[in-house]
Amino acid sequence: MADTKTKKGKADRPAPHDFPSSPETPPQDPAWEQEGKPDLTPEERMQGLPQEKLRRMMRDMLLGRRFEEKAAEAYAVAKIGGFCHLYIGQEAVAVGGIHTLRDGDYVMTAYREHVHALQMGAHPNAVMAELYGRKDGMSGGKGGSMHMFSKEHNYLGGHGIVGGQIPLALGVAWKIKYRGEDRVMQVYLGEAAVNQGAFHESLNMAALWKLPLVVIVENNRFGMGTAWERASSLYDISQKASAYAMPSAVADGMDVLDVYRVVKPAVDRARSGGGPTLIEARTYRFVGHSMSDPVSGVYRTKEEVEEEKLNDPIRIYANFLAEQGILSQEELEKMDEEVKAISEAAAEFADKSPEPSPEELYRDVYANEDVAGRLFFDGRN
Amino acid sequence: MAVITYRDALNQALVEEMERDPDVFLMGEEVGVYNGAYKVSKGLLDRFGDMRVVDTPITELGFAGLGIGAAMVGLRPVIEFMTWNFSMLAMDQVWNSAAKLLSMSAGQFKIPVTFRGPNGAALQLAAQHSQALEAVYAHFPGLKIVTPGTPADAKGLLKASIRDDDPVCFFEGEMLYNIKGEVPEDEDFVIPLGVADLKREGSDVSIITHGKMINLVLQAAQQLEKEGISADVLDLRTLRPLDVDAILRTVAKTNRVVLVEEGWPYSGITATIAAIIQEEAFDHLDAPVLRVTQADVPMPYAKGLERLAKPSVELILEKVNRVLYR
Ligand SMILES: Cc1ncc(C[n+]2csc(CCOP(=O)(O)OP(=O)(O)O)c2C)c(N)n1
Repeated sequence: MADTKTKKGKADRPAPHDFPSSPETPPQDPAWEQEGKPDLTPEERMQGLPQEKLRRMMRDMLLGRRFEEKAAEAYAVAKIGGFCHLYIGQEAVAVGGIHTLRDGDYVMTAYREHVHALQMGAHPNAVMAELYGRKDGMSGGKGGSMHMFSKEHNYLGGHGIVGGQIPLALGVAWKIKYRGEDRVMQVYLGEAAVNQGAFHESLNMAALWKLPLVVIVENNRFGMGTAWERASSLYDISQKASAYAMPSAVADGMDVLDVYRVVKPAVDRARSGGGPTLIEARTYRFVGHSMSDPVSGVYRTKEEVEEEKLNDPIRIYANFLAEQGILSQEELEKMDEEVKAISEAAAEFADKSPEPSPEELYRDVYANEDVAGRLFFDGRN
Repeated sequence: MAVITYRDALNQALVEEMERDPDVFLMGEEVGVYNGAYKVSKGLLDRFGDMRVVDTPITELGFAGLGIGAAMVGLRPVIEFMTWNFSMLAMDQVWNSAAKLLSMSAGQFKIPVTFRGPNGAALQLAAQHSQALEAVYAHFPGLKIVTPGTPADAKGLLKASIRDDDPVCFFEGEMLYNIKGEVPEDEDFVIPLGVADLKREGSDVSIITHGKMINLVLQAAQQLEKEGISADVLDLRTLRPLDVDAILRTVAKTNRVVLVEEGWPYSGITATIAAIIQEEAFDHLDAPVLRVTQADVPMPYAKGLERLAKPSVELILEKVNRVLYR
């Protein structure tokens, strides 16, 4: 597959399961195709999953895509403000990853989080209303794009400081073990977060105490404008786990079934007391880092993005399902109409939802306000 | 004098100091290839090369500490935090090492490092990305705290900070990069640390502020002038060293004081200044000192709530009216 590409040196690059581990031989122009992925038959790829689930994965990715396209429109007309990081291109990771979970399991992620929230069962209306900063949003309008939460769905939120969510996820995994619960904690992070101390401290403790944690690194190759190979002395993220004697694996983050295939055993192991796993899902973001960034720029070319779009996880999966006779073109179009309508309705709902009232300003800063002393000091409340 | 943006004024200061002193280098996230997340370092990589303009991984604690260590042994690092919100990961290095090494070593190790980056709220960035943090840094003896509010101050103070032998925390206003003003081109235009600037002369009330808020305060002062009230507007410019004499002068002149800051009120900068005025100029006061700050809550995302939470011209006018018993 790489041989057909014309980009310089591409064919010489190592396969993903075969990356050099030593900094002496850093790949300067890494392969992003999944040449190293095992060659599976269609049956093996489907892993015996029921057709209903296979179709549902398609529908969920499509909803993520259409929902965010709608959000982008709303951002363009200033109905959504602030930072808004879209997930377009990466849908296979959250959808494949979260489909391995059961009710009762937990998910936490960073600020690129709309699809994770949807996948955990948050209502599209509540997600969109949060983007609009309205009362009916997941965080009552106080969180916005980066800070959505839903206790009801065990969705523990979007976090804005790179790496900041990883120790929190450790704490959730700790609680599961502490209470002897039959649950798993999945935490998502960008590859750039792997360089933070928080990542290393957390992985060490997770492995030391065999906590039920699945760490999924969404390696979209760029932390803002810095390519991974310019930020890490070790190219292969999965190898970082070896410092903590932790199992690790690589998934094709553009293939929802491969994400499922790689994440599922890690979830099972965590559930059965086998401890944590580090998973690297190799993916690509088709859009700018956030809404205010150009799609390409100094750090990557337009041609590169166009080339990567040939690998669109949604189209690839739709083709696969069609070939297997599981979802016809007609059914796909119907599905697409359905998710477009949901996204459209979410925008209408958000538009009609009221702004939070001024009294909301001081609400929920403290859980226990019924104390003897004064809590606030700005002379306004 | 050329009229340039706050951003370009900072860029000029960096270029001039890097030209002047080969020990000065710039390090941080996206400062090189990307030309800076807020484009302050535009063109510097091309000009100075990648040992002097260095892109880092997202490792705030690591590269802040690197800057401190390099400063211990003679270099003069400028460390950019993409925004001060992310500096919190590096606080241990800045507070426990940069601030204390000179003292702990009885003067053996000077730490001439400058930490700089955007500070305070922008628009609708919610709680983790909208924080004015100068007060927390000012808490630590050993650090110098600089908060320029205009392009000329940005240039002159950054040059002074880089030349200073102490660790300086330099807080740029995240909303200020595009504002324009006259900026001297002279290479030796340096504004000494610790000198406040009377941005506007008046006699009825003193409004004392720093950083981004100076622009809001000047708007309020204009409005007051229309109502026949003349405000003395003092821009502190640096918070450590603090120009206490300038504060006492304006208090003695007007006898009424309103303090304005972008950050939180509790243990804030204005809390400290109010205490200093009370301790050192109580006899000059004709009214209690009043303050305007952000609401005492984490910043909300929703537009309307955010507007309520930030300091505003209306709040300043309200407090001025109260100290004037109007
Ligand atoms: C501690 C910290 N430093 C810097 C930033 C600014 N920032 C936001 S996103 C980002 C890039 C992160 O990249 P990655 O973790 O790979 O996630 P991706 O955006 O690719 O999903 C940076 C530098 C931040 N939010 N937090």
